[in-house]
Amino acid sequence: MSVLAPAAPAPQTADAVRRRLTSGRADVAGVVFRSILGLAIVLTLAILIVLITDVVTGGWTVLSSRLGDFLTGELALSAERSGVYQGLIGSLYIGIFVVVLAFPIGIGAAIYLEEYAPKSRFTRVIDINIRNLAGVPSVVYGILGFAIFVKSLSSLSGGATPIAAGVTLAILVLPIVIITSAEAIRAVPDSIREAGFGVGATRWEVVRSHVLPYAAPGILTGTVLSLARALGEAAPLILIGAVTGRLGTFGGPVTEQLQEKFTAMPIVITAWAGRPNADFQALTAAAIVILLAVVLLFNTGAILLRNRYERRR
Amino acid sequence: MTTVELSSLSVASLRGDRGRLRKERLVRSLFLGAATLSIVISALIVFSLIREAMTFITEVEWATVWSSGWFPRRGLYDVKTIFVGSLLVTVIAMAVAAPIGMGSAIYLSEYARPRVRKVLKPILEVLAGIPSVVLGFFALTFVSPELIQRFSEGTTQANLAAAGIGVGILTIPLIASISEDAMRSVPDALREASYGMGARKVTTSVKVVIPAAVSGLVAAGIVAVSRAIGETMVVFIAAGGTGVFTTDPLRPGLTMTAAMAAQASGTDQVRGQALTFQSLFFVGLLLFVITLCLNLVADRFVRRVRQRY
Repeated sequence: MSVLAPAAPAPQTADAVRRRLTSGRADVAGVVFRSILGLAIVLTLAILIVLITDVVTGGWTVLSSRLGDFLTGELALSAERSGVYQGLIGSLYIGIFVVVLAFPIGIGAAIYLEEYAPKSRFTRVIDINIRNLAGVPSVVYGILGFAIFVKSLSSLSGGATPIAAGVTLAILVLPIVIITSAEAIRAVPDSIREAGFGVGATRWEVVRSHVLPYAAPGILTGTVLSLARALGEAAPLILIGAVTGRLGTFGGPVTEQLQEKFTAMPIVITAWAGRPNADFQALTAAAIVILLAVVLLFNTGAILLRNRYERRR
Repeated sequence: MTTVELSSLSVASLRGDRGRLRKERLVRSLFLGAATLSIVISALIVFSLIREAMTFITEVEWATVWSSGWFPRRGLYDVKTIFVGSLLVTVIAMAVAAPIGMGSAIYLSEYARPRVRKVLKPILEVLAGIPSVVLGFFALTFVSPELIQRFSEGTTQANLAAAGIGVGILTIPLIASISEDAMRSVPDALREASYGMGARKVTTSVKVVIPAAVSGLVAAGIVAVSRAIGETMVVFIAAGGTGVFTTDPLRPGLTMTAAMAAQASGTDQVRGQALTFQSLFFVGLLLFVITLCLNLVADRFVRRVRQRY
């Protein structure tokens, strides 16, 4: 047994360890590393703060002097009379299409993948496919929208209209809705499902009465984040043919409005940002403040909601 | 409570009534349809890209695809101009985003106390939610005059470097969140073993945690590159949009994505000389293939992290 007993450390090793532990030498590398990391995080925060102050101060003159006019006015040639009303309406329509199309289809697909799908090759293909769709650049979705919804299905969509734009952006955020909803559903403990099956419920009854209520906060967070993403997206709309001149009046009934030429907030911002005139720079900043207010309100709301429910569990 | 006579219970009474089972089947097929739709979408994307791109590939004079400058309305489709533009923007974006994003990730995962983390993570997510048009405007009206024009006199306001920095800011949260996930999935046992050996925090982070999470960090980088190549609006607004060939980031230029947007917004219909229309789809196909390959590779790396821990 004496073989297994630890050998007494050589006296010089013990000495070295003692010196090392009691010397109190400053940890230079550690301090340097830590401050570099701190610098990175401070830079990230600084960028966010600078960005928000920059657009708020830039747009302040417009926002403080004529906020009402700015929100209800239409696009005009002169900066003093320009407003973002048409952009807001266009973005509203897009938001409605996303809520009506992408949310139910996305959540349905997530339920299928998490609750129903057998472990088959087909399931794997769908899974990989959805993750790849999430990585396709948004401008490519614009090509899809242009080729399919504006050209091939023009009899249904009426060409470059809010319908084509709404459907395209709903497709764009669909993979995000599926992925985030699937994550929320996966986090539901199996014991909850088993309790439902134990009293004789069918799978759909278990999903509806047990799984979905439990996963609701997570699903809601994902869907709201994807809505915010859709409202900020401009590239696909440019490809589809959103315009900033010669617009519809948006005066008639909704069915007619959906058949007209359209614009959206990000498109208005893009068009104004391209004008070197200082008045239009202020208008751009003001429009950005409006867009950011909506998008960031959605985002922070969703994030706070998720954090609150995560803490509770 | 009603009591059930056990003797009267048969297999049939446990089977559930026909109405419920029919509903079950209906719901199941609806959800299956929703999931299958994603495959239809992929097929439609590939179909709409390839149909017109094939026309371009078969009919274009290939000398014009390797000429000087991207001027589709004049019949000059020099792919290297827009490819080099995309490359320059991506390299600059990564030079900005990789150190800041990964530094933030290491800080959040290894150094930040839980309370600090709880505040900082949502802020990163807010940054991730900022629309790209906003960063385009920021790059053009703040980054360019305050950073680039100040250090390099005579530079035009719109240039590739400003766009690159804008795209970099856009990808910081992406890199940070994927890297942080990777490092947090490294088991604490490894860190404890390292501390047990007497290693300092910096040694543990650099020599234990980072090597253990390296697949995830690589994945973060690749996803960010893919995102940077596909980013349209920042470049469209801040890079200037001239199709002259350049390798100098301080000059205005064009990327693949901005070339597509510029062409589509030139007139309210995508229309023009001979193959102008089809060239849009050709560039789109190129972009699709490049980002798809990058995403597939990144997916592999992410999987490797998951499998190991």
